Amino acid sequence: MGQTTAEKIFAAHLRDEPFAGTKVLDLDRVLCHEITTPIAIADLQWREKDRVFDNTKIKAVIDHVTPSKDSKTALQAKMLRDWARRHEIKDFFDVGRNGVCHALFPEKGFIRPGFTAIMGDSHTCTHGAFGAFAAGVGTTDLEVGILKGVCAFREPKTIRVNLTGALSKGVFAKDVILYVIGQLGVNGATDCVIEFHGPVVEAMSMDARMTLCNMAIEAGGTCGICQPDMTTVEYLWSFIQEEFASKEAALEAYQQWCADADADYVKVLDFDVSTLIPQVTYDYKPDCVKSAAELSGTPVDQVYIGTCTNGRIDDLREAAAILKGNTIADTVRGIVSPATPDIFKQALDEGLIQIFMNAGYCVTNPTCGACLGMSNGVLSEGEVCASTSNRNFNGRMGKGGMVHLMSPATAAATSITGVITDARTL
Amino acid sequence: MKKSFGGPVISLDRADINTDEIIPAKYLTEATKEALTPYCLEDLKLEGFDPKGEKLDNATVIITRENFGCGSSREHAPWVLEVNDIHTVIAESYARIFRQNMFNCGMLAIELPKSDIDQLMLLEKDSAGTMQIDVKLDEQSIKATGSAGEATFSFEISPFDKALVEAGGWVEYADARY
Ligand code: SF4
Repeated sequence: MGQTTAEKIFAAHLRDEPFAGTKVLDLDRVLCHEITTPIAIADLQWREKDRVFDNTKIKAVIDHVTPSKDSKTALQAKMLRDWARRHEIKDFFDVGRNGVCHALFPEKGFIRPGFTAIMGDSHTCTHGAFGAFAAGVGTTDLEVGILKGVCAFREPKTIRVNLTGALSKGVFAKDVILYVIGQLGVNGATDCVIEFHGPVVEAMSMDARMTLCNMAIEAGGTCGICQPDMTTVEYLWSFIQEEFASKEAALEAYQQWCADADADYVKVLDFDVSTLIPQVTYDYKPDCVKSAAELSGTPVDQVYIGTCTNGRIDDLREAAAILKGNTIADTVRGIVSPATPDIFKQALDEGLIQIFMNAGYCVTNPTCGACLGMSNGVLSEGEVCASTSNRNFNGRMGKGGMVHLMSPATAAATSITGVITDARTL
Repeated sequence: MKKSFGGPVISLDRADINTDEIIPAKYLTEATKEALTPYCLEDLKLEGFDPKGEKLDNATVIITRENFGCGSSREHAPWVLEVNDIHTVIAESYARIFRQNMFNCGMLAIELPKSDIDQLMLLEKDSAGTMQIDVKLDEQSIKATGSAGEATFSFEISPFDKALVEAGGWVEYADARY
């Protein structure tokens, strides 16, 4: 019997199997941000074990609330900053160089096919877009990861999702993943990895693949995984060219992580996405999904474009293409947060920032910001936000606020009209 | 150090209770677990449930439905339970990260089939707030006792999760071994 990508990565990283079914893996990356790491640091200090297993494999960023908004968030940032200095963690990203973790770390070339990575953040599943096994964990797992470079997992089962056909114009990776979550349900992939296959994924950019994998957790999945191919190699090339004689050689090496043709899946789902139309969530669970057309006309107070789901350059281009020459409704507050400084610069170079500002958007620095209701656009009781993020839980963007998840194109169209709008109808 | 389990119960009769409901993100700026204490389940909207009520205040065991603890990876969710002396959760199923966080903290996330949870919820209701749970980890069984009767259920726990509970958590376990 062949192996899935996750099974191959597990086999190659197995440190220990203390009990049948429990696998302790060696970690290639332990990723840290300022919300979940400081308590791990404090606990290590309290245990008199303030050490790190390998300061080249640990990467850290201040991204959730940045620049700090108050004394408490300033303390969290300081704890992470001091710790990074103390242990000479070179890849630490502070104000001016920081961005949303799941956009920044891939962009720096930190994630490679076949890697294992953990982070104290549920959307760590994003990094599976590179053919890696990357899982969100809690602070205790993070703490042990920092100290020992290991993490324990039940070996996940794999769900294979075949995406066939071709996306029609105006339909994006976000629409695909919202649709898939609607089909799987919020716990349809618990303890499973979701492996994405098929011509639709093969045709996707890395940005789009990250959008796809980012939301695996919203179906309960441990990680979303795409198969490494030439698109992966091209994205990583500037970081790996010393390692390989040619792109073809890199491709060959990376393809050892592709699932075998006779791999065993708990479930295989086939979706022909040719007829898929833009999707939007309603209610307070990410599997409550309808078409934008069905929800069209629903008024919104705020439109938020950014986050680890859809704050990358492709996303800003999609939104700007809709906004160009338009202005947003005067009942709407538009906020756009490019996910990293490089994305911000690129958007400046391409004139996208100008388009957003001319349309009436507030452009913020790269940060998670309003996505988790902590800064830069928190909703008030009863307000509604059209957002390109990944979570619509009650109160997620502010107590009593309502969130509709959608693609950047749908969000942009919605900002123009002030009500949920299928961008293809503009 | 191994924790104590069992005690008075509160039932949260809804599936998919997420970690934002257990502890809202705005409190994630606290730098100690203890500081979270007053905010337990603050954003949970559920008929008959009062996050500031006596029932939650007294409870050391939660019984609930499917997919408990879904959403964010924040360990603040088990911590806010821990600092409120709730060391035992009994549910139909859990989100993976939350479940692991519970065991990593040396706490118990017990999984029972829907029919058992139905029975527990009913007994809890009929016992009008008097139900207690006794946990026998060695025997992998729990006993519910209330004014309306009693019932015993057995549960599965992986040997690894059991070892974490015995050790008092993953840091202790991993530090001794790796
Ligand atoms: S952008 Fe939102 S979902 Fe992504 S890491 Fe930040 S808070 Fe989490």
